[in-house]
Amino acid sequence: MPTKSRSYYGRPIVKGHIWEDYIALYLFVGGLSGASAALGAVARARKRNFLARSCTISAAGGAAISAALLIADLGNPERFLHMLRVVKITSPMNVGTWILSAFGITTGIAAALEMFGSHGKIQTVAGLGSAILGLPLSTYTAVLIADTATPAWHEARAELPLVFAASAALSAGAWNSLFLSRHDAAVCRRLMVGAGVCELIAHRRMVQRLGALLGEPYSIGKAGRYAKTARGLTVTAVLTTALFGKRSRVAAAGAALAALGGALCERFSVFHAGTQSAADPKYVVDHQRAAGQRNS
Amino acid sequence: MTTNEVAHERMGFFTDTTLCIGCKACEVACKEWNQLPADGYHFSAESYDNTGALSGTTWRHVAFIEQFEGESRDLKTPVAFEEGGRWLMSSDVCKHCTHAACLDVCPTGALFRSEFGTVVVQDDICNGCGYCVPACPFGVIDRRPDTGRAAKCTLCYDRLKDGQPPACAKACPTESIQYGELSELRARAEKRLETVAVIDARAQLYGADERGGVGGFGALFLLTDDPEVYGLPPAPRVTTRDLPQMWKSAALAAAALGAGILIAAFGTRDAD
Repeated sequence: MPTKSRSYYGRPIVKGHIWEDYIALYLFVGGLSGASAALGAVARARKRNFLARSCTISAAGGAAISAALLIADLGNPERFLHMLRVVKITSPMNVGTWILSAFGITTGIAAALEMFGSHGKIQTVAGLGSAILGLPLSTYTAVLIADTATPAWHEARAELPLVFAASAALSAGAWNSLFLSRHDAAVCRRLMVGAGVCELIAHRRMVQRLGALLGEPYSIGKAGRYAKTARGLTVTAVLTTALFGKRSRVAAAGAALAALGGALCERFSVFHAGTQSAADPKYVVDHQRAAGQRNS
Repeated sequence: MTTNEVAHERMGFFTDTTLCIGCKACEVACKEWNQLPADGYHFSAESYDNTGALSGTTWRHVAFIEQFEGESRDLKTPVAFEEGGRWLMSSDVCKHCTHAACLDVCPTGALFRSEFGTVVVQDDICNGCGYCVPACPFGVIDRRPDTGRAAKCTLCYDRLKDGQPPACAKACPTESIQYGELSELRARAEKRLETVAVIDARAQLYGADERGGVGGFGALFLLTDDPEVYGLPPAPRVTTRDLPQMWKSAALAAAALGAGILIAAFGTRDAD
């Protein structure tokens, strides 16, 4: 076998995704929204009403923005509802659309009652429903991108859901803390520190396990620059929150913004790592040759 | 083949690249029959291939590979076959996989398996989400810029229903592209491999192994070099095979997220 992989004029073998940045943005907003709903339900149970209020309304707003981003990316946006003409477990996009639709309804009801109505039974049920749906909403997107022939995504299928879950928790904690007093934001701060650390570890483990070949797309080019920025911002956010978050509102807000930026950059890093790994045939050929799979 | 039978044999292609002369009649016939728009004038400087790759508007693509070593590549002196130089030409097409990733991941059900065992896009259902594009392990299917919807080879579904062979196979002047019942084509391909392997030890069938990563192709190829030389993946795999594992990982991560939020909210001695 030749040491340098062979190809057809260096052309890509697989096609990369053809999604606009809308989808990278959706990965971020969907995660923030889903984790916010879960955080909101828990806050409600803990009688932290300001946190619950912020989370519930943020979740609903995020669901609406998510739907808009997804529709904007379609080749035929007017056919968005074709997504719901079947139920198809082999299509993560189909499953995700159903989750997002149900999430949008429950979180919409919960938020409407939060703003205009009473905290009755209906709101409790809707809030719980959106919390339960919000968790898979935050992680299914990892399956969405991993279920492709894009080498850097598919081979990261074991770790990506954890990276996305941590990133979702980090952004939800950070976002909601912005609207709360230092006292009310205590839960957000703990979530940010824990999730930030988890995200850093999960990303590192993912790239390490991918190895020299498929880890490379995560550390070069656009993806590498986003990853570096994400790491810097997340570390800053975690340290600032842990050290000064309780004492200074300004420091807490700065840390929250850094965390949001970090989570956003993390999603864009993963998005572009996929793009880069599909563009160069060596990732496909060398990986498949190394895996020693049977020629089909 | 009769036209009005309910059940059909699985139909497919056998592309014998050793017979291809690079005339591109298949590309033209495909575009003509399927009314696909031109892709514009574009000079690639990659041998005689200005098509480049399969796309939403190009469903057959003829690859040109020039294998000439060293000084004789200056094009001034002709290179004899005995000196080791050679041309490879190959008409690529959708593989109509037994386990088709594009079909699996399509969220609208626009892609379906036809009565001929082929994989076809329904243009009136597809909403252009583009998910099938990165899902295909061969980079075949693509979104058409003019319609915004996914498109690829249908094995001329309309012609098949009328008992006609696909346009490319009909147009091929050397029978490099052969159309027929897949089981018969496989037997023919294996026999042909025996003959060619005597002359060229690099000869190999691509897509005939049903135990492979996509369960075998509905479009077989006889190649005389490794698949990657033709721009084909050496060991394609339908990624939906790993879907149970992926859903499990996502469920565990969702549970971890829920646990993390609970810990953040309850695991504290803070006064409320």
